[in-house]
Amino acid sequence: MSGTARKARALFSAYYAYMLEYRAEILLWAISNILPLIMMGIWMQVSSKPGFDGPSAVEFARYFLAVFIIRQFTVVWVIWEFEVQVVEGKLSPFLLQPMDPVWRFLAGHIAERVTRLPFSIGFIILFFVLYPKALYHQDQFWSIGIADAAIVILMVTMTFLVRFTMQYTFAMLAFWVERASAIERFWWIPYLFLSGLVAPLDVFPQGVKTFAYCTPFPYLLYYPAAVLIHGYENVDISFTQAVGVLGAWGVGFFLLNRWLWRLGLKHYSAMGA
Amino acid sequence: MPIVSARELTKHYQVADKAPGLIGTLKHFLKRKYRTIEAVKGISFEIEPGEVVGFLGPNGAGKTTALKVLTGLVHPTAGQVEVLGYTPFKRHRDFLKQITLVMGQKQQLIWDLPAMDSLRINAAVYDIPQKEFKKRLGELREMLSLDEKELTQPVRKLSLGQRMKAEFMAAMLHQPKVLFLDEPTLGLDVNAQTAVRDFLRGYNEKHQAAILLTSHYMADITALCQRVLLIHEGKLMYDGSLNRLVDQFSPFREVKLELAAEVSSEQLKSFGEVEWVEGRMARLIIRREELTATIGRLLDQLEVKDLTITDPPIEEIISRIFSKGTVD
Repeated sequence: MSGTARKARALFSAYYAYMLEYRAEILLWAISNILPLIMMGIWMQVSSKPGFDGPSAVEFARYFLAVFIIRQFTVVWVIWEFEVQVVEGKLSPFLLQPMDPVWRFLAGHIAERVTRLPFSIGFIILFFVLYPKALYHQDQFWSIGIADAAIVILMVTMTFLVRFTMQYTFAMLAFWVERASAIERFWWIPYLFLSGLVAPLDVFPQGVKTFAYCTPFPYLLYYPAAVLIHGYENVDISFTQAVGVLGAWGVGFFLLNRWLWRLGLKHYSAMGA
Repeated sequence: MPIVSARELTKHYQVADKAPGLIGTLKHFLKRKYRTIEAVKGISFEIEPGEVVGFLGPNGAGKTTALKVLTGLVHPTAGQVEVLGYTPFKRHRDFLKQITLVMGQKQQLIWDLPAMDSLRINAAVYDIPQKEFKKRLGELREMLSLDEKELTQPVRKLSLGQRMKAEFMAAMLHQPKVLFLDEPTLGLDVNAQTAVRDFLRGYNEKHQAAILLTSHYMADITALCQRVLLIHEGKLMYDGSLNRLVDQFSPFREVKLELAAEVSSEQLKSFGEVEWVEGRMARLIIRREELTATIGRLLDQLEVKDLTITDPPIEEIISRIFSKGTVD
């Protein structure tokens, strides 16, 4: 086994064991991530009003279920973990090892995802039991083609990596300020509106959509969710555009991250250690 | 050739100063005042391979800051530092593979998992082959007297002594050539302290590793260190052997007496400073240069059944030097 594979295996198995210790907490986190389901209820009500010229109730249900699923696989919390480690000096032992501490954080996130998977599957099944129309409507099953599934898997993986990179970049500010996580809370506002979390971008005015498409947000949620329910050929964003724009933001944040990391280490005072 | 070398090592950092109370808080909010702390002020020393050096100083003297610079955790403000031929703060992979830092108050083991999980991660991180990992694990367990079961139960369930031993396993698994130890026996009971000391002595003998150790327990220093560095207010006050320090800076000797008959404190006053008298037993503090003459007078004038001359405790000597602030 190569050195890299051995490191990955050791990190994953340890952090998977760690996450299993906290399985009850992970279940609660998975349940608490219900904002898309709340929005689903609101938009389904709106769609039933006379004169509403937008997606149908079933389309809204499918869209927000897709958003819910994507968010289950792309949750990131590295900034809170990193902030505590810097402020309390817990980062120091890991800085003294010949491996970038980011791999520990990443392993923790991936292990959490695997731990969360059975719960997420349970929620999806429960949803279809409670609202079978989302699965079968007007003599048709909600089916996903192979190409669409591949695009969704790729976009979800990319979304997770880009979100992780962005949040880890903001986390670097913990080297200078005690509450770097406030930046993430601020970042959450444009994410909330422009990612499609509160409403699919289809209902937004064209000007807002054009602006949103220049930001990374629609590609983090709206695009993979739209592909999941409509198919990639019926979405007004092309696959190339989604990968290109999100990739460019990801690379930009990565470069910024490495620059801040080097500056931050110079500034690090190993507080509390 | 020295394995650790510090030349004019200096580290300053800034802290925000805030007066207490509402006014202080408002002033702090509107115009923050910073103060520069000169934690380490141009210290120079070298450590040879295999040397065990005690780093002594009162709280806030700059010991931990110096260790942080030597391990590369923080950048020095000025001066030059080299460890194993590397500049620590550049964090070269080969440098990190050859050093370790053990802090009595900080842990690297994952709290909710058995220590073995953290050890397996370390084995992978330091590229230790599986067979070699098992061999080293066995050796370290034996040296630290750790039961296999103690490595398979969650770290949070271990006693402080067991946890510290497991921390040592994690810190030594890659067989570092330079060990930086910051209060490694802090809070441990006497047995655990002895076990850690024995382990360090054994590791040093076996691997010829250089050790720089800070501890407030003088027993750690006297048991392990041939040489000590005394740091006070960021400045190096003394660099030399522990014995020379005691000889040079302890101008007094303790004389314990067992007499044939009871004596009063008044009767002993003329021989030196009377620490205590209890029946036929007494303890005197006598200046070193007057020791021979005083002992002669004691034997002439009193019926002495037993007499013991000792150095005052090392803690007392060090504390006297630090309160004086100089070794001159």
